Amino acid sequence: MSDNLQPRGSDDASFAQPLYTPIKRRSFFMYAGATAGATALVMAGCSKDNDPVTSDNLINVGSGDTGVLNYAYALEQLEAGFYTRLRTGTYYTGLGSASAEKQILDDLYYHEVIHREFFKAAITSGRISDSLTPDFSKIDFNSRTSVLGTAMAFEDLGVAAYNGAGQYISSPLYLTLAGKIVSVEARHAAIIRDLVMEGSFVGNDVVTISSANNSASAGGAGSSGSSQERSKTPSEVVAVANTFLAEGSKLNVSGLK
Amino acid sequence: MNFFQIISEIEKVDPEVYDRLDSRRSIFKHMTGLGQKLTAAAVPLALGAIFNKAYAQTPVGATVNDVLNFALSLEYLESYFYNAGQASTTLQSGLSATNKAALELIRIDEANHVTFLRGVLGTAAIAAPTTATFDFTGGKGSAGGPFADVFTNPATYLAVAQSLEDTGVRAYKGGAALLMSNKTVLTAALNIHSVEARHASRLRAMRRAGPNNNAASQGVPVAPYNAAPKSWISGTDNGGASPTQTAPIYGAGNNTNAPTNVTFDAESNTTQGGTNLTGLPNTTGLSAAAFAVAITEAFDEALDVTTVKTIARTFVVNGSTFLA
Repeated sequence: MSDNLQPRGSDDASFAQPLYTPIKRRSFFMYAGATAGATALVMAGCSKDNDPVTSDNLINVGSGDTGVLNYAYALEQLEAGFYTRLRTGTYYTGLGSASAEKQILDDLYYHEVIHREFFKAAITSGRISDSLTPDFSKIDFNSRTSVLGTAMAFEDLGVAAYNGAGQYISSPLYLTLAGKIVSVEARHAAIIRDLVMEGSFVGNDVVTISSANNSASAGGAGSSGSSQERSKTPSEVVAVANTFLAEGSKLNVSGLK
Repeated sequence: MNFFQIISEIEKVDPEVYDRLDSRRSIFKHMTGLGQKLTAAAVPLALGAIFNKAYAQTPVGATVNDVLNFALSLEYLESYFYNAGQASTTLQSGLSATNKAALELIRIDEANHVTFLRGVLGTAAIAAPTTATFDFTGGKGSAGGPFADVFTNPATYLAVAQSLEDTGVRAYKGGAALLMSNKTVLTAALNIHSVEARHASRLRAMRRAGPNNNAASQGVPVAPYNAAPKSWISGTDNGGASPTQTAPIYGAGNNTNAPTNVTFDAESNTTQGGTNLTGLPNTTGLSAAAFAVAITEAFDEALDVTTVKTIARTFVVNGSTFLA
């Protein structure tokens, strides 16, 4: 199943290879209790369970609880960088000081900077770089559509990321802390989505209202009509996040399992 | 594809796989039968069904079931509330078109959560309550409580709705650490938790813009946030929509049975993971006081089961054991 979510390249020959890679615990839980996932188990049995490509220029977030915290820290750096940068664009600078949009974007900037600084203080050893370099070249900070569309993508991605990573956390404290942050991200996502399109605070693209979750992290729980967030695995999340990070700051999350 | 190779691989990470399969009785016998009955192309689907039986119904333990039934109780409370609101033409006539649509989305979500949790719990699920179990006026059965016009006055309705959703967010957050033994269930709970937070955010926007406004997202919050809140909780929101009844929703919980290192603080908490965040570098341009408020907004707080039950029983009639 994970193969379907990553660029395949020219490794079709892997279908013919024997199953020599042990099914990892992470993958295993994704199959447990799964309606779609259990069927996918057979597919995994047919092909190699590829690890994400590891190139020299990626930042490895590590493993265990520190790995999850680093993963969150990286995403918060990205979000905080975005909300900091948008403050110099003409969309933001043109907003009325008492307008709803200005107040919302101000609060999101404060919240995300606080999240970033919190992780920086909380990860006392094994912390990744404090200065990941973003790549916002695809964003037009003078355009409301571009800024709010990107904010929506980041907030929805953040929610999906925290939810999908919860299962890799072993400490009740860190799981609860992640929960304290993710619900604020969800509050952000809902209001930004409503700014983009009134009434889209829950939509079938982010919540399983009328179709099932096809993410590798769903574990079969996000069945059609269960109204659950469409959480994403770390590898699914960084496939998106890395497009907003410069060379040398892109993430490797293969240790999260 | 080699079925026994797959089982062998699973055994490496789950030594109990044979027991799981065996405890569902005769699974290998089923396989033999399947092999005779099915074409090769159909085997993956049939095999998927067998693994579902082996894992989907794995006993999750009393604690996990208790937490899920607690969640189910709260979902019933919410679901019946939105059903009653949808049935009131007086109420609906006071809501804008976009707000009516939003409330219908929320109503569907809560009904879906009830159905989903019942499915996960199976025979362990609590009995469905009757509608007479609840008095959403907060009158404990008198129908004349502090929210007496809840189903005729949109402002009251949205105030109660926000209170229920904010409570739900804190409840799921507090329950997460109790579900760590079952990753599938934990992920599902987290995926419900964030949906409740999306609901809370929307309801808060509807309240600050006004029930009959079609542009809820354009409303501006007004301190101290009782009537026109932000989409997130600022400090304790001055006690919430109706402080006499709702202040506990934003207050501290009971740490008696808290998981290791977890505390149930008030929403005005500024200490996370043992670090007082007011000491973080402040590059935002905010004053120290405003920075501290932003810290409280940036983190929602968890609440323990006992405290949540006490809050939720505001809407349960006297004499009922629901959520007791």
